[in-house]
Amino acid sequence: MPDIAEYDDHMPEDHVPDRSKMHVTDKVAIQITNMNKWFGAFHVLKDINLTVNEGERIVVCGPSGSGKSTLIRCINRLEEHQEGTIIVDGTELSSDLKNIDKVRSEVGMLFQHFNLFPHLSVLENCTLAPIWVRKTPKKEAEEIAMHFLTKVKIPEQALKYPGQLSGGQQQRVAIARSLCMKPRVILFDEPTSALDPEMIKEVLDIMIELAEEGMTMLVVTHEMGFARQVANRVIFMDEGQIVEENEPEEFFNNPKSDRTKLFLSQILGH
Amino acid sequence: MAMADRTASGPTFRLSMLIYDSRYRSVTIQVFALMLFMLAVAWLLSNAASNLAALGKPLSFGYLSQPAGYDINQRLVEYTSQSSHARAALVGILNTLLVAVLGCITATFIGVTVGVLRLSDNWVVSRLMTVYIETIRNVPVLLWIVLTMAILIESLPAPNAFRGDDATASMLLNNSVAITNRGIYIPKPLFLDGSMPIIIVFFLSIVGIYFFGRWARTRQETTGAILPIFWIKLAIFVLPSVVVFYILGQPIALEYPELKGFNFRGGFQARNSLIALWLALSIYTGAFIAECVRAGIQAISHGQTEAAFALGMRPGRTMSLIVLPQALRVIIPPMISQYLNLTKNSSLAIAVGYMDITGTLGGITLNQTGREMESLMLLMACYLSISITVSVLMNWYNESIKMRER
Amino acid sequence: MSDFSYVRTEMLGEKNPPSGETGIIHWARVNLFSSIMNAVLTILAVVFLYLFLRGILPWMFKSSWTATSLRGCMEAIALTYGEGTSGACWAVIAERYNQLLFGFYPKYLYWRPILTLILLGVAIAPVLFDKLPRKMLIFSALFPFLAFWLIWGGSIWFPVSIILGFAIGYYASALLPAIIGSLGATIAAIILPIVWWLYAAGPFAGAINGIIPIGLEGVDSDQIGGFALSILIGITGISLSLPIGILLALGRQSPLFVVKTLCVGFIEFIRGVPLITLLFVASSLLNYFMPPGTNFDLVLRVMIMVTLFASAYMAEVIRGGLAALPKGQYEAAAALGMDYWQSTRLIIMPQALKISIPNIVSNFIGLFKDTTLVSIIGLLDPMGLSTAIRANQEWNGIVWELYAFVALMFFIVCFSMSRYSMYLERKLRTEH
Repeated sequence: MPDIAEYDDHMPEDHVPDRSKMHVTDKVAIQITNMNKWFGAFHVLKDINLTVNEGERIVVCGPSGSGKSTLIRCINRLEEHQEGTIIVDGTELSSDLKNIDKVRSEVGMLFQHFNLFPHLSVLENCTLAPIWVRKTPKKEAEEIAMHFLTKVKIPEQALKYPGQLSGGQQQRVAIARSLCMKPRVILFDEPTSALDPEMIKEVLDIMIELAEEGMTMLVVTHEMGFARQVANRVIFMDEGQIVEENEPEEFFNNPKSDRTKLFLSQILGH
Repeated sequence: MAMADRTASGPTFRLSMLIYDSRYRSVTIQVFALMLFMLAVAWLLSNAASNLAALGKPLSFGYLSQPAGYDINQRLVEYTSQSSHARAALVGILNTLLVAVLGCITATFIGVTVGVLRLSDNWVVSRLMTVYIETIRNVPVLLWIVLTMAILIESLPAPNAFRGDDATASMLLNNSVAITNRGIYIPKPLFLDGSMPIIIVFFLSIVGIYFFGRWARTRQETTGAILPIFWIKLAIFVLPSVVVFYILGQPIALEYPELKGFNFRGGFQARNSLIALWLALSIYTGAFIAECVRAGIQAISHGQTEAAFALGMRPGRTMSLIVLPQALRVIIPPMISQYLNLTKNSSLAIAVGYMDITGTLGGITLNQTGREMESLMLLMACYLSISITVSVLMNWYNESIKMRER
Repeated sequence: MSDFSYVRTEMLGEKNPPSGETGIIHWARVNLFSSIMNAVLTILAVVFLYLFLRGILPWMFKSSWTATSLRGCMEAIALTYGEGTSGACWAVIAERYNQLLFGFYPKYLYWRPILTLILLGVAIAPVLFDKLPRKMLIFSALFPFLAFWLIWGGSIWFPVSIILGFAIGYYASALLPAIIGSLGATIAAIILPIVWWLYAAGPFAGAINGIIPIGLEGVDSDQIGGFALSILIGITGISLSLPIGILLALGRQSPLFVVKTLCVGFIEFIRGVPLITLLFVASSLLNYFMPPGTNFDLVLRVMIMVTLFASAYMAEVIRGGLAALPKGQYEAAAALGMDYWQSTRLIIMPQALKISIPNIVSNFIGLFKDTTLVSIIGLLDPMGLSTAIRANQEWNGIVWELYAFVALMFFIVCFSMSRYSMYLERKLRTEH
């Protein structure tokens, strides 16, 4: 078996995840039942069943084209599912716009290419949604924004514009932007895939801290070090379906399916 | 023993350095280019001077104060056939500006509507808009102008048709608007005594809209509450003036066009040449503006809307706060070029008999006085000033909205 | 902690999407009627289309193709379709299409413009489609002179002597650097051909023609009209404006203040005035600037102004192409030891032109449409001819048919060019 310790390359050296701080409750955050999705005639997600409790940190991995991004984009209705049910924090996702709005304000999302708003300053990026969606007064929104910008360790960049920041800084701003809406769940769509190794560490650092504070996280990533040290559950997807699901130690040391074994050997060979 | 020579601090100057040394080479080339240019200009000017002298018309602008001797039917200022050529040129410039401004406004409306509809997810609408854009853009504008004029002349009724008991055509809007093949006649507002307060109230309401906007924004910043700003601003624009109008006993009357003799008299008359030029230019330039708008909106990556949706923003807010500000940066510069094109295309007014600056100064004045050199110089100077002014404004705009990057 | 370990033993196959997810009903639901607003728009659009076609199509097809006058048309249509039907009188096109296409060119010489058009396709092909052999570009370079001779006729030695002027310039720049240095050679390469063209070309051609007369029957400029004239002016404008535009664009970029100011001044001046004013200059002013006694053909004068006009816009397009080049290209060329002209000719220009081709094509479409303006100064292009035909007693009163024909011709040419430009843009994008 390949040496698992090699997965940990991009994890920050000075911040070892403290699992004793990460608790899973009994409350269900996300419930997906018999979900199927098609793009036209192409069956992209097959029979997905998934329950996510509050406090869980789930890593979803798999080869490209396996549908992992599509799966998490269905959770905040950036993609629509055709069969099955998705219930987020008690609200079922359907074409009812009120439900969609409710879910989106409880669920935050991080993108591979950050998607910061380039014509607004960092501070304005963070205060935009609280002002226009939650109708927060400007001063209060700015205080919240500075609080979270300090948390992601870049308060001095508040008045700069996204074009003036590095990739790692931009992704951290994106995290702060999501946190300003006080979400219950954060979805991560390959948050570090577009970053250099040094910047990956800065972002993973913040993600570890979020996990230690009890945030429910659903992370699509290739960072197996994060999966091993932080996740409480690893899901492997291939061809649109969940192939294997287990605790990280079991998943990495004793992969049961052949597909999982093949994938793990390819990942380590990177 | 001779002392070592220490006077030289660098190579001494030689003539071939003019060509090979990079310090002198560029100056040499520029001097040469300048000399070549001046020689060419001198040759052209001397030819011109001798040709003009031989024809007995040396360069002078005095002819501009001579009486013009021709009539201009569509005009914004006072003018008779006894007015000077300079006055005729003034009428021409105002006519050019009139059709350019009107054209730009309607072209923008048409262009933005068609551009947005072109991106609609309704298949029929999107294809129809594509057909419109492609058909209009691939046929010369002169053809559209002539065709529009022909449509107006052939399809609209003559003033005579409005006459009599068996009239085949009737006026619109309670007998106030007449659309004929000679032009469109609309009522003209007459500002009677006591109408001044209304004008004052109107200007005050515009000021009021500005201050309301500021107040609403401050209110949102302190309390977070959001008001329906657009509708309230619209109400402020319309209501106070209308209310004051009725309270004062309606002191603004309308002079209605009436059929007298062979034609309508009274009211405003927009000749068919103006209407044809305005319509054709708007429809033509609108197709190009539609493409600018479409390219601008498509240039904004889809990830921007996704990020906004993921934050819980509604589509309407996303469009106005995220997509449009970024799209406008891409849309506005080419759109200003299209406005300039429209202004330059308005010079085709001669084809339909509309007296713009090209028709007066570059047309009748030039032909009557034979002063080609002076008239064409003035004509080109007019258009150049418009173009340069707009270019400078656009550069200023581009600099001020530039996105800050590393 | 509940046990959530799970392993799938058998992979699921693909299932068909639920009915209503594919097929035409689904397509209609999503694309046409996805919301109330969309449904209303679809219905409005369909109604509008129906009314429009119902008005136009009967008029187009209830027509007469064989009458010889407008009155004859009306009678023929009334006879076939009943009194009072309005129909198109395509007969005017059937009778006059030769004129609309060739102007007053002698009918028995039609083979010459037609041959020129075909050869134009051959000359342009290696420019547009880079899979063709590069040797064909030699023909493309010679084509303008061949075309001039085919259209206007006259002795073949005259275009040959013009080509000799270019040859003199070329050899001067190739052979003279060894003798008088690079700068001297460049100056000579500019001055010698100019001297040749102004003073020696004419007599030389005349002399050789006396010995070996080869020529075609001459055709006067005022016999050329219709679409042939539009294409002639358009092609001349765009092809001559390309080299001039390149020089202007390079000049505009130059760090030499004088050169840059001259180029910027020229470009901004031309782009700030409407084409019609430049055409007025061509028709009335240009003669004043020539030495007393010269009398240029109006068509040639128009071509000069149109070329200058097109060059300024071309310079802007090429400037865009130059700006799109990564700065590293200039630096790499300099690091290889190339001087300015070498790096420009071998590295910078080929790439900049390739990037600019879609915009160059779009410039051409604009220029081709602008050729209709020559009708205002009295040349008989299709618009001018239409007015002349309508002034004719037999066709007095006819309006739509002529303009529809002219519009259709322009549409076909311009639309094909714009489709080609889109094809190019797609191809260039995938190559990166």
